[in-house]
Amino acid sequence: MPPLPAGPPVISAQQLSKHYGDFKAVDGISFEVPAGESFGLLGPNGAGKSTTMRMIGGVSQRTSGGLTIMGLDPEDHGPEVRAHLGVVPQQDNLDEELRVRDNLLVYGRYFGLPMSYLKPKADELLEFAQLTDKASAKVDSLSGGMKRRLTIARSLINEPKILLLDEPTTGLDPQARHILWDRLFRLKESGVTLILTTHYMDEAEQLCDRLVVVDKGRIMAEGSPAQLIREHSTREVLELRFGSERNTTVAADLQGIGERLEPLPDRVLIYAHDGEAALEQVTSRGLKPLTSLVRRSSLEDVFLRLTGRSLVD
Amino acid sequence: MTTPLTTQDYALEASRRPLAALYSRNARAVIARGLLATRSSNWLIMVSGFFEPVLYLVSMGVGLGALVGAVEGPNGQEISYAAYIAPALLAVSAMNGAVYDSTWNVFFKMNFAKLYQGMLYTSLGPLDVAIGEIFLALLRGAMYATGFTAVMAVMGLITTPVALLMIPASVVIAFGFASFGMGITSFMKTFQQMEWVNFVMLPMFLFSATFYPLSVYPQGIQWFIQALPLWHGVELLRQISVAAFTPATVVHLSYFLVMIAVGMLLTTLRLRKLFLR
Repeated sequence: MPPLPAGPPVISAQQLSKHYGDFKAVDGISFEVPAGESFGLLGPNGAGKSTTMRMIGGVSQRTSGGLTIMGLDPEDHGPEVRAHLGVVPQQDNLDEELRVRDNLLVYGRYFGLPMSYLKPKADELLEFAQLTDKASAKVDSLSGGMKRRLTIARSLINEPKILLLDEPTTGLDPQARHILWDRLFRLKESGVTLILTTHYMDEAEQLCDRLVVVDKGRIMAEGSPAQLIREHSTREVLELRFGSERNTTVAADLQGIGERLEPLPDRVLIYAHDGEAALEQVTSRGLKPLTSLVRRSSLEDVFLRLTGRSLVD
Repeated sequence: MTTPLTTQDYALEASRRPLAALYSRNARAVIARGLLATRSSNWLIMVSGFFEPVLYLVSMGVGLGALVGAVEGPNGQEISYAAYIAPALLAVSAMNGAVYDSTWNVFFKMNFAKLYQGMLYTSLGPLDVAIGEIFLALLRGAMYATGFTAVMAVMGLITTPVALLMIPASVVIAFGFASFGMGITSFMKTFQQMEWVNFVMLPMFLFSATFYPLSVYPQGIQWFIQALPLWHGVELLRQISVAAFTPATVVHLSYFLVMIAVGMLLTTLRLRKLFLR
């Protein structure tokens, strides 16, 4: 799919900030998203991803900085901007007082769409979400995965130009994840701009043309998945296990192998351009790991390097 | 989507309409949603709201009324105690319903049911949501008022067709309280703060000349009560119930028209604080 001809960015944020009292949820981030791009916001919990999403939707007021969506400021033109936005919030906020199909129809009415359009569209989306036989069920009788699928279906009711997905596949089983990825690919092919936050690095690698890693409200890195791996990690990673007690002690003997060494409680990671060569060096030093594995560097390595391994909240 | 989007599709035209940031002229979608939700799930709560003033009327009007006997009505003639308090109870019920819908109900839907969060991610603006919710509250109030007036008629407390004007008048009263209530809710952050609403409402209900005339109070307290909205509501409906209009009727009505105007202004100014935190 060739990218759309270069136009003005669809989303443009300059020094965007949101403070709650002393807490800086978003602390001066800048990025631009061209039309038709699939753009990811990655970061640990509390990094400011959801707050950024809410500001893009114009439902949270920024403290400072500039933000335009399709050329308009969402604070001054919220209804017009949101008319072309589809939103999948992190937590499902379905209308529990309405039945499944009515959730889609009523949501479509909020956009001012006519029933003649909404009725076939709702049926099509129920089909997509595999909820056709649940059409007249109550929302609270749905499983977690079904609710998620309904929320995603609901976000498409207005055929959005920009789709905001805040951890869309959290709580979905692998089948449903792959169906959703396929659907998102097809939306992207039709020119829809995707803005995505996720905790799943494989999802980010699959879906995002470009992404930013956010931590503590600031952007730590920006680029395509491949670029980020190139810049912030090595081509390959050698994983060695010496048994829980020995991993840290043996690390001293491994110094100098590969470009970077990271001892963890359960294994030692050696970041190297050539993992097999690094493994030969290890064995030539007389060290015998219980298991060894050479794999390609992933986005997860980049993520953990940039945001640290300690638990957030 | 059949034809792929182009760069032109992504260029939006800015609306020049006033309040375009807050209002998309689609409050009817919020109203339609409320009606559908009522039909499918919470009609029982609505029925219970109708009985409260009726129970007061039966216990106080009929029960206590047997002890009290006849009292002096708004235009000087004697009326039964039940006929005296019935319009006041209608005013109280209009106030309670409107305040509940515009404070607790809004607070809950905002912070717990997350209903408004879903709505506000669509083309709806906060003013659409506010107008829709206030309209629903008034519609409910009008239904209660109609039911209560019918009960009054059955109990023989209605002597003039003019008394039917109590129904639109109680909608005006409810509008005054609802428009103000939503503005006040925008200042609330916790359930404890919401309790203050009840703390104000209960004494207002008991002491606004609901069950006895204002003249029992010393002058200073009379002035204080006369400054409060419920007293004007009680007096307005009491006058309508026996078609005893005086220049004060205009004052009572005007009080609520001003209250509606100020309340809507406050609510509109506070919409961002209420919905877009």
